[in-house]
Amino acid sequence: MSMNRREFLQILAAASAAGFALDSRELLAAQGGGKLYDLPRFGNVSLLHFTDCHAQLLPIYFREPNVNLGIGGAVGRAPHLVGEHLLRAFNIRPGSLDAHAFTYLDFAQAARAYGKVGGFAHLATLVKRLRASRPGALLLDGGDTWQGSATALWSKGQDMVDACKLLGVDIMTGHWEFTLGAERVQEIVKKDFPGKIEFLAQNVKTTDFGDPVFKPYAIREINGVPVAVIGQGFPYTPVANPRYMIPDWTMGIQDDEMQKVVDEARGKGAQVVVLLSHNGMDVDLKMASRVTGIDAILGGHTHDGVPAPSIVKNAGGQTLVMNSGSNGKFLSVLDFDVRGGNIQGWRYKLLPVFSNLLPADKEMAAYIDKVRAPHKAKLEEKLAVSEGLLYRRGNFNGSWDQLILDAMMEAKGAQIAFSPGFRWGTSILPGQAITFEHVMDQTAITYPYSTLTDMSGEMIKNVLEDVCDNLFNADPYKQQGGDMVRVGGMSYACDPNAAMGSRIQDMRLDGKPIEAARTYKVAGWAPVAEGATGEPIWDVVTKWLRDKKVVTPRKLNEPRLIGVAGNPGIA
Amino acid sequence: MDALRRTLLKGAGATGAIAAAIAAGVLKPSQALAAEWNKNAFEARDLAGALKGLGAGGAADSKDIVIKAPDIAENGAVVPVDVASNIPNTQSISVLVDKNPFPLAAHFDFANGALPQVAVRLKMGQTSNIHVIAKADGKSYVAAKEVKVTVGGCGG
Repeated sequence: MSMNRREFLQILAAASAAGFALDSRELLAAQGGGKLYDLPRFGNVSLLHFTDCHAQLLPIYFREPNVNLGIGGAVGRAPHLVGEHLLRAFNIRPGSLDAHAFTYLDFAQAARAYGKVGGFAHLATLVKRLRASRPGALLLDGGDTWQGSATALWSKGQDMVDACKLLGVDIMTGHWEFTLGAERVQEIVKKDFPGKIEFLAQNVKTTDFGDPVFKPYAIREINGVPVAVIGQGFPYTPVANPRYMIPDWTMGIQDDEMQKVVDEARGKGAQVVVLLSHNGMDVDLKMASRVTGIDAILGGHTHDGVPAPSIVKNAGGQTLVMNSGSNGKFLSVLDFDVRGGNIQGWRYKLLPVFSNLLPADKEMAAYIDKVRAPHKAKLEEKLAVSEGLLYRRGNFNGSWDQLILDAMMEAKGAQIAFSPGFRWGTSILPGQAITFEHVMDQTAITYPYSTLTDMSGEMIKNVLEDVCDNLFNADPYKQQGGDMVRVGGMSYACDPNAAMGSRIQDMRLDGKPIEAARTYKVAGWAPVAEGATGEPIWDVVTKWLRDKKVVTPRKLNEPRLIGVAGNPGIA
Repeated sequence: MDALRRTLLKGAGATGAIAAAIAAGVLKPSQALAAEWNKNAFEARDLAGALKGLGAGGAADSKDIVIKAPDIAENGAVVPVDVASNIPNTQSISVLVDKNPFPLAAHFDFANGALPQVAVRLKMGQTSNIHVIAKADGKSYVAAKEVKVTVGGCGG
């Protein structure tokens, strides 16, 4: 139980030397895994929250980042803590189950030992257990649920809609949902959801008159206590994703409107007000300091698995801010003790969903089998074997992105390649086969076109500066919550603390400086402009993988960083 | 209800609303506006020149000018900006985009006690401050807000 990291690694080494099958329930049990889900009930109002599952119905591997820099006021604060910095800040024992769940440390070994995480059948078991111990608990889904897998793309989100109904989701909000197009979203909300799930978003309005598109909030009674849940969709969907998918909708953060909605809900007697947010954690922290009367923000978008809430003081008191990770890896449990119309106390736990510790729920497992059956052969086709660890998360690059960049540059004869800084996408362990499904986990979007463009050096610099500002602007309201565009072929330096226009430096191709007026061939994918065409990126990557058969460990092209030494957001 | 409102307005056409505003004396007819066209201010190519043209060089900062604009524009070609002045006797509001080729984007005079509140759609080529000048009782007041214009993509 009091194993430290070195002892843990010794056990792993001994176990594999002895030929023990890893992925072991015994090892999980030895780490206290058996008691992980024995969470005593507290109070009388409970909320369960998952977010950004990105349509991962089956258990997966997901490596947390080793670079998640905080800039300005965010330096050294959650969620901008990685690896050992995070362990220290939250008092997590190295080598423990939590250490594996919340950090990238010893990822491949620990993932082999503890097995996969998430999966809707395992999540369903956990939800049922918690609902049994917490009568009346609401299950909230923060969005990015209908996108991220092959089956979600092919069924236009239907597989996830039905899975969420089966799971018993009460309320959701959205972001990537909107990339299915406004009509499809409305169809689901109007045909599939009534009487089952409410879709809330106070900040989605029509572009003409500013009329609400969705209900802004709902008041539900939990054990006699009126609880308001307000929805907040990802404010910059029309900027970060194709605007043509939702041409008649406008979004934005809308603090003033949020305050009005909170006041209205309080006026109607809500004793607890919770924001179900897809703002991203930095935006949530700022919003919590400005808007009063919100007790807790259950947040997503930035995929931060944060072990404990950030407590933000504001003019009206305080607000708890949480972020519940991604890919079905975590479930938040927030308990309030409400008496006499006031919150007397609270407890919070972000539970990692270890698939080996939670038996699959039979009904959900059968449903998932049914969804996959018609596509099984295609999904499970082995395209290649990866010698190295493949992952996506990290501010500047991930080995999965490097693979996509390498495939694009080779397939298209490009000098430089760009791949978007998405934060979703599952991980592959060394020696694991890469299936078509895994490729879709990284690429399944409704605008998958790959492109080859002539770009001037000046334009390349402008694009990099623009995206970098979306990540490192000191004002969270001017960030978009994705990571830096991944760059292949070209080296550069980055000073995250500099002003926009001065962050990107020393751009070089084959050691020679990029020239502003010269033209370069640049490959990319996921264009947000309307009318773009090109071979779907999954076809480009699939062909490349079939051709390679064995993928050697990728050499990460990351910028030389300036001015971030000592930042606890980098390992 | 909303669909009906939309249809009615489309049918009536925007000109109807403007004609009504002119009849009510809230907006001045175009001939009068043309006569007062502030050439120096509208044709100035930098903020200082435009402010000079407006006679608002030494405007005092004011929190009573409320600018509602997105932090990041969804579409730089049509950035929605709502402005209201809570300064008593506001007689005019001017909206300027610092980095536009011609910074002065709009100027409104308010007569007969019209509420000093306007909504405009501005074209912006790049991230810039928006300055709003309000004039009341012969004095100038100013407030500003930055709007970011981005190429987009890569979110989440």
